[in-house]
Amino acid sequence: MPFNQKPQKFNAKINTVTIGTGDKTVTLGGNSTFPFYTFDAPTVNTPKVGVEISDLGLEALPEGAKAYYEGCTTMADIAKKAAAMEGADFVALVLEGGDPNGEDKPVEDLIAVVKEVADAVDCPLVVEGCKNVEKDSTLLAKVAEALQGRNVVVMSEKEENYKAVGAAAGLAYNQIVGAESAVDINLAKQLNVVTTQLGINAQNIVMNVGTACAGYGYEYVVSTMDRIKGAALGQNDNMLQMPIITPVASETWGVKEASASEADMPEWGPQDERGIDMEVMTAAADLASGSDAVILRHPQSVAAVSKMIKALA
Amino acid sequence: MALSGIQIFKLTPKKNCKECGCPTCMAFSMKVAQGAMKIEQCPHMSDEAIASLSEATAPPMKTIKIGAGSEEFSLGGETVMFRHEKTYVSKTRYAVNLCTCMDEAAVDAKLAEIPKVDYERIGERMYVELVNVKCAEGADAAAYTALVQKAAGLGRTMILECSDPEIAKAALEVCKDSKPVLNGANPSNYEAMNAVATAAGVVLGVTGADLNERYDTVAALEKLGNKNLVIDVTGADVKETFANAVLVRRAAIKDQDRTFGYPSIVNLVALAKGDLHLQAALASLFTMKYGSIIVMEQLTYAEALPLYGLRQNVFTDPQKPMKVETGIYPINGADENSIVLTTVDFALTYFVASGEMERSGVPINLVISDAGGLSVLTSWAAGKFSGTTISKYIIENVEPKVKCRKLVIPGKVAVLKGDLEAKLPGWEIIVGPREAVQLVKFLKDLQ
Repeated sequence: MPFNQKPQKFNAKINTVTIGTGDKTVTLGGNSTFPFYTFDAPTVNTPKVGVEISDLGLEALPEGAKAYYEGCTTMADIAKKAAAMEGADFVALVLEGGDPNGEDKPVEDLIAVVKEVADAVDCPLVVEGCKNVEKDSTLLAKVAEALQGRNVVVMSEKEENYKAVGAAAGLAYNQIVGAESAVDINLAKQLNVVTTQLGINAQNIVMNVGTACAGYGYEYVVSTMDRIKGAALGQNDNMLQMPIITPVASETWGVKEASASEADMPEWGPQDERGIDMEVMTAAADLASGSDAVILRHPQSVAAVSKMIKALA
Repeated sequence: MALSGIQIFKLTPKKNCKECGCPTCMAFSMKVAQGAMKIEQCPHMSDEAIASLSEATAPPMKTIKIGAGSEEFSLGGETVMFRHEKTYVSKTRYAVNLCTCMDEAAVDAKLAEIPKVDYERIGERMYVELVNVKCAEGADAAAYTALVQKAAGLGRTMILECSDPEIAKAALEVCKDSKPVLNGANPSNYEAMNAVATAAGVVLGVTGADLNERYDTVAALEKLGNKNLVIDVTGADVKETFANAVLVRRAAIKDQDRTFGYPSIVNLVALAKGDLHLQAALASLFTMKYGSIIVMEQLTYAEALPLYGLRQNVFTDPQKPMKVETGIYPINGADENSIVLTTVDFALTYFVASGEMERSGVPINLVISDAGGLSVLTSWAAGKFSGTTISKYIIENVEPKVKCRKLVIPGKVAVLKGDLEAKLPGWEIIVGPREAVQLVKFLKDLQ
């Protein structure tokens, strides 16, 4: 008696969101199965991989990544090199220099960086804020304005500043809004509800439901994403059907497993390898739980994760 | 399929003899249906009734034990597809691969590398628990047995990947007491393999060209009376292997198809051949989705640190928070004169806060007292992180060891400052930041 394989069919699907313009676009979502369950239904759009670059340049990058960008002197150079990375689908620019507790760069300077990057590459773009909600309110509104017509994702729209960021990005300048919440299905849904109440089309929203580094409370991430996908597909909850973009690199490169030097922890071995594996494993777990795109830093991580995605498609 | 109390009641003798400890047969039946009692506890149940009921009330996925003594591990026994539904019970276990196809130097290098990974994380020992010993095509019994014997020297539980019953028999002679897994039953050899595995008293791994072959082979082995099995779901490529892993687990848990109600083995050696970062990605993927044993080419600290952290997170009970040990944790080479910071014993808080403290470079004595494994505000609200609990711990455990009398408390419990000043005479109480990310700046400013 052969095995009776029962497919799990859902009548709902994740929204389809296309980023970018012209012939260089990427499309997220559209699937009606749990991640990579190609045996239930074919995958419509495979998950995508973005390359993170920072307005602070190459300083904070791990050694292996620095070597990849060798010779790049301007943000335009860095952006071009990032876009050309093997396995890269889009570029994600993080404006971390804007943080008032850090470099506190003025908005105008950051917008100049945004324009420089946007002019240098024609691939789809994602722009993340500086993590300070007040600064992001003005900064991200200006980003949306500066990139009008490029159909970019403006990330870092939060509960505290959704009106300023959401309205500018989603209504005034027709960009895609990236709604960011902190690893909780209810918070994620609430932000989508209020964002759509501003008049923004649900089809123009992607979610960053938060992530953690593997080993650092990651169980919350797994269960949040599992439950979001379960509600989106199983209960046809259209306030949770937005594709999920997960910035992985910003979580994984700061933990001690990735940042401790080999001199400090000789038994742990080469630092670059630890950092890559931390980034790769966290990203793979995010994708297994339901991320439709991940944002990574190291070229070897980008290559490995995109290879896994292709192998599963 | 789970039976209702009424269905079970119909099969009882209905004597209300009370010998099982329940007042009536109906009460007993209800308890069996809830899983609180076992059907065998009724002394008057007929054998047929027990057989049909124990089949129906058995958990959807068997718990299989491998290894012996301190190296014994439980696999399987899962009841849910997602951890938030209840909890995952048996952790994924990782094996490093050895093969008769490797030359002696390569084998020795692996054997030297495996014990290097051995550390503790939140009360759990992290090490390479299993060793997979593969018998490559063409290897003879002497060569394979020699390799198995060498691997056995590590003292780790083994998986013998071998589909030749004669060779397997010879190898088991030298290691059967350590209860390895014999992985290699398939449609053409399962009868002989079954005889070898049952004679040695070890778990048998089942494989096949596709899921149907595995399904039929498991069914055939069960007919022969062997239910001490694992299913090797490794297919020709990554996609097939992932499909197999999910479909086997889903058939068992969701569709109650007990033929697939066994733990799984995923072998990444061929799937990620030579690409260690792809191997890392796949190890993570199959930890998330339904690998009970994962066989890897390499498992050094680079792979272990993220992988064991991920496993520790995924296999926690969602209803029980992870706690760290109470104590004084010196950070950045702190000594008795370094400043004291305190927070709760909730593992997530500890990791986030201690990570930021390390980043600051400032020497710190981080004091963790028992706060019930809850976050700062929750434990404060529950009275488990209060002026009384903190001061008691400081007086009993910190004052004898630390000379510095400056204590930084989390900003979220700034309200405790006055109380602590009263209860800890001689201490300067400083209110720290509300969020861990602000610690670096705070600590640098404080200096």
